[in-house]
Amino acid sequence: MSKNKSEYLISRKDNQYEVIIGLEVHAQVTSESKLFSTSSTKFGAEPNTQVSLVDAAFPGMLPVINEFCVKQAIKTGIGLNAKINKRSVFDRKNYFYADLPQGYQISQFKDPIVGEGNVILDMPDGQKEVGIERLHLEQDAGKSIHDLDPQNTFVDLNRSGVALMEIVSKPDLRSPEEVSVYIKKLRSIMRYLGTCDGNMQEGSLRADVNVSVRIKGSKDLGTRCEIKNVNSIKFMQMAIEYEANRQVDLIEEGNSIDQETRLFDTKKNETRSMRSKEDAHDYRYFPDPDLLPLEVSDEFINKLKSDIPELPDDKKKRFIDEFKLSPYEANILVSDIDTAKYFEEVVAKMGKNKDIKLAVNWITGELFAVLNSRNIEISQSPISAKNLAILINLIKNGTISGKIAKTVFELMMDGNKDPQKIVEEKGLKQQSDPKALEALIDKIINDNREKAVEYKQGKEKLFGFFVGQAMKASGGKANPQLINEILKKKL
Amino acid sequence: MSEITKQSLSELVKNIKNKKISSEEITKAFVNRSKKSKGLNTYITEDYSSALDKAKKFDQNPNLDLKLPGIPIAVKDLFCTKDIRTTAGSKILNNFVPTYESTVTQNIWNEGAILLGKLNCDEFAMGSSNETSFFGNVQNPIDKNLVPGGSSGGSASAIAGQLTPITIGTDTGGSIRQPASFTGTVGLKPTYGSCSRYGIVAFASSLDQAGPMAQNVKDCALLQEVISSYDSKDSTSINFKRNEYSKELTNNIKGKKIGIPKEYRVDGMPKEIEDLWQKGINYIKDCGAEVIDISLPHTSYALPTYYIVAPAEASSNLARYDGVKYGFRAKGENLIDMYEKTRSEGFGAEVQRRIMIGTYVLSSGYYDAYYLKAQKVRKLIKNDFDEAYKKVDAILTPSTPSAAFKIGEKKDDPVSMYLNDIFTVPVNLAGLPGISIPAGHDSKGYPLGLQIIGKAFDEQNILNIAYAMEEKIDFKNKITDWWIK
Repeated sequence: MSKNKSEYLISRKDNQYEVIIGLEVHAQVTSESKLFSTSSTKFGAEPNTQVSLVDAAFPGMLPVINEFCVKQAIKTGIGLNAKINKRSVFDRKNYFYADLPQGYQISQFKDPIVGEGNVILDMPDGQKEVGIERLHLEQDAGKSIHDLDPQNTFVDLNRSGVALMEIVSKPDLRSPEEVSVYIKKLRSIMRYLGTCDGNMQEGSLRADVNVSVRIKGSKDLGTRCEIKNVNSIKFMQMAIEYEANRQVDLIEEGNSIDQETRLFDTKKNETRSMRSKEDAHDYRYFPDPDLLPLEVSDEFINKLKSDIPELPDDKKKRFIDEFKLSPYEANILVSDIDTAKYFEEVVAKMGKNKDIKLAVNWITGELFAVLNSRNIEISQSPISAKNLAILINLIKNGTISGKIAKTVFELMMDGNKDPQKIVEEKGLKQQSDPKALEALIDKIINDNREKAVEYKQGKEKLFGFFVGQAMKASGGKANPQLINEILKKKL
Repeated sequence: MSEITKQSLSELVKNIKNKKISSEEITKAFVNRSKKSKGLNTYITEDYSSALDKAKKFDQNPNLDLKLPGIPIAVKDLFCTKDIRTTAGSKILNNFVPTYESTVTQNIWNEGAILLGKLNCDEFAMGSSNETSFFGNVQNPIDKNLVPGGSSGGSASAIAGQLTPITIGTDTGGSIRQPASFTGTVGLKPTYGSCSRYGIVAFASSLDQAGPMAQNVKDCALLQEVISSYDSKDSTSINFKRNEYSKELTNNIKGKKIGIPKEYRVDGMPKEIEDLWQKGINYIKDCGAEVIDISLPHTSYALPTYYIVAPAEASSNLARYDGVKYGFRAKGENLIDMYEKTRSEGFGAEVQRRIMIGTYVLSSGYYDAYYLKAQKVRKLIKNDFDEAYKKVDAILTPSTPSAAFKIGEKKDDPVSMYLNDIFTVPVNLAGLPGISIPAGHDSKGYPLGLQIIGKAFDEQNILNIAYAMEEKIDFKNKITDWWIK
């Protein structure tokens, strides 16, 4: 591990403070049905249309574990290089709230399904390992809606009972930037695995952020505050920045930090106290007597292990080895599974005589620009990987120039047209016939005798003039390399 | 043919199969007797007219291959019944009508039985005298103002009073066996995991078990064979080979080894209970079984353990009754106020007491000292039985430390009330099957029961022992119909 050179420190008068951050990420498990019932988990349905008797906690209703969710949690654990616990226990976390129908949340407290693991972050100045403390399965609560009516609160139980993975990191993160990279990496791993779609807008990924500060170099951890339920990377960064500075100011003024739970107000960009340690709920955790301990065999785990796809770290390594990409390029291509898939398809479709470098440039350049400007994902790309591969091959084999290729690319966006056809229909094929080009150049030299003489006398800048004239005369289709060669010979 | 309501289930089934009697005739007889028996207060919800309709329908096209063909049955009001109000004896569920059916009752209807109504019980099955029911006390048919026991008091009273040919109860710490003992009837608490808990209003999930209550052992065996099934909707349901208990029933128990645990000779146990137990031992010997003294050393810890584990689970299980989704809701200033008023007004004193005990023993700082320790002791109690079963096939004990008592006698003394369950509670903690059979009377002529405890999944064995003893004991319940004017 290389040492992080661009340290994030908060300076006050004589002191420099380091910020210690740990995250509890709540990731919604990708599954058809809920953790303990058969209701659908589909997002965006009409309120209270995806609620079973179990989800609404009717008398005598019992939870039955959804095996698929267990598999998803174990796969995620494998993706986090973590220990899979063959025996885990579901506990009840007891508290009253209108959107918690059972009066308790079924969670895993003492014996989670996944133990310690790690995640590797690619920071600008090297790699950093972040420890994972645990991952456990739990039910989501319903949703209380307070702003529909001045007097009443409405409750939507569609989300009640949906499976969540709580992924707890060690306090290894040191800056808002690292937090951003960490979240993106977690999301990337889970999207590769298909265990969480990572959609923060739909609430599929949210986090409780634990922040404390200490004088740089100190070994002791300061008192931490937990910022609850932050649902975007930007807000996490803003919240950490605010909270760390708030804590530093308190210490500088000679005050102590109260361990408490805080909320981030996105409008005011500040955190404020939600409840102190004294007011903390006593959740009265105890093993859920409706569920037996969850036991999985080595065979079960090994089967899942063998089904794990290539994950971002391995893919990156392979891209560097196999395609001679720079770590930077490889990172860009592997960070999102759909980008990696697209790139690999382009490479495959380019065939034998492929130009990987050109493919990388076109994807990260032209294509990314289009996706950004249209604000769409690569999976919705207007140009298929196959057609981009054809376009790149057309450049590589000299059929069109890079400049013409940009024109073709523009035309391809309208209905994912075959670039070969565009080149044919629009007559954009590059002129590479030396005889025709020689005739064309002879004429230009003839028409510009004076300039030719000036060039020969040493005014070398004029070379560009002749290239321009030749390209103009060919309607931009002349092979620029050939033009250069012929011009040098003739002048 | 004797009076319909005096016939056992087995007789009724036989007569209906031989077409000597129709479902409508049987149903009418039990409906009429139930109507005349309002004084017992056994029913919370009656479903008589619907029962008569179903009986007529059954007779039009009777399927006589079923195990309970056209037999009317009233069930404890802890079982959720589709479209029929289910209260658990509580004000908080006074208006609750399930849209679903419990697995156990569904199994009964699948065999051709017809619902007569829902029977009174202690609120959320918390009680030993049926005095905690929101719907009032139940009278024991044995004598006026005598408790029928609890929590399945309505079920026991209905069986003893012949208002239903057979019934089901639930047993968390003795709630089938103790009322069976108090009313001179037979009650079986099956092995934990034998009968599905799906659709049964939960009291203490790790202890709750549904079971049959009957006039005799054979009827009890038949109903057990109907209600016991593996159910994927209950994660604690166990998939084991279930016998056809009534078919395989035998009174041949020669050579069986029956254990007599010395720790069940508790201080202050009435002499008549001691005598009853000795009588039971003699009957066992008469049947050709061998009697062996055994020790269950952790017995004295069972009751305190139970009164930690059961309330802990109950405090959490009952959290769902919060006025938000269904059931009773009191008006409140805000959410917390609504919760407090709903639960203060909706739950009775005993339920509130147990919720408070349960909340306390799970609280941070007390969990290790109470709940965790109780779980450890529970394991020791189970180990006691495991050890004993290396030497014996079953265990014989009294069912209760006394006969039925008067209504109101123990109501304000919870500890003395809890002591009722001293012989039954260890069985639930160990998850074992236990059956109570009537074995004699006390000096006042009130029935007394003996309990046979079996190995896990060995219902057949204790049913056989009970069957053999039943024959020797030849118990006659003294029912005078005092409540019928």
